[in-house]
Amino acid sequence: MHGYANPTRFLSLASWLTPLLLVSGAVLTIGALAWGLLVVSPDRLMGETVRILFIHVPSAWLGMGGWSGIAISSAALLIWKHPLAAIAARAIAVPGMVFTAICLATGSIWGRPTWGTWWVWDGRLTSMLVLLFLYAGYIALAQASARDGGSIKIPAIFGIVGAINIPIINRSVVWWNSLHQPPSLTAGKSAIDGEFLVPLLIAVIGFSLLFGGVVLMRMRTLIAEMQVEARLRRRALADDGPQNQPIQRRRVRDA
Amino acid sequence: MREALNQWDYVTASYVVAISSVLTLILWAWRAMRSAEKRRDEVKRK
Repeated sequence: MHGYANPTRFLSLASWLTPLLLVSGAVLTIGALAWGLLVVSPDRLMGETVRILFIHVPSAWLGMGGWSGIAISSAALLIWKHPLAAIAARAIAVPGMVFTAICLATGSIWGRPTWGTWWVWDGRLTSMLVLLFLYAGYIALAQASARDGGSIKIPAIFGIVGAINIPIINRSVVWWNSLHQPPSLTAGKSAIDGEFLVPLLIAVIGFSLLFGGVVLMRMRTLIAEMQVEARLRRRALADDGPQNQPIQRRRVRDA
Repeated sequence: MREALNQWDYVTASYVVAISSVLTLILWAWRAMRSAEKRRDEVKRK
């Protein structure tokens, strides 16, 4: 893991991995969505709206998976001081927030014909909305920390504390009464018919690969911005001449 | 009076929201990456 702490080594890996993830993700996603839209038959209870499953479930998975990624990266930053961990956490935040918003929007659209309402303040929907706000807070905090030179530990602690919401989202339909259906996929068991399950799993893999591609692009962006900033700062210091350099550096040079 | 619901309207709306959001996200991330890497190369060359 620490082998990829070197940005040069990471960038050489990311340069070929980024298009690979994006292309394979696009192929699988388009295939799964076409299968879900055109091939599978309507559900006995939900009718045609069951097709929303193929975008709603992957986006819910990636919204929660994204925050889990932020929490793991934040822990890696605080425990092992891995240099790329803070960049990875920042890179995950925007795609994670977008997929959480897609999950909420598609869930709301699905709720109208299925439950007769766009929104209810139940455990699952509310905890998912809290996740969206957590993403917004994390993005603001990480940007402020990067811009003002604040401690990178603060967004990291926020990322770890915010992970408390993930098991709450997961168990919300078990703990509280909800219009939302109970978990359909649990360890080793599925309540979903095979006709829906196969395209659903392909859609989850496809969207996850796209998510990975976007995260790599965000990491490359953040690394490039940091490299520009570091180079400009070094150049400004060199241009200032020895009279404006920090006293300690001048002493070392004079000695 | 019963409200007539065309389920395909909801399916279409969901797919449009999701696909347009994901495409915008990919395009935005790709353009930001290209512009940041181009700027890094320019600064390196100067």
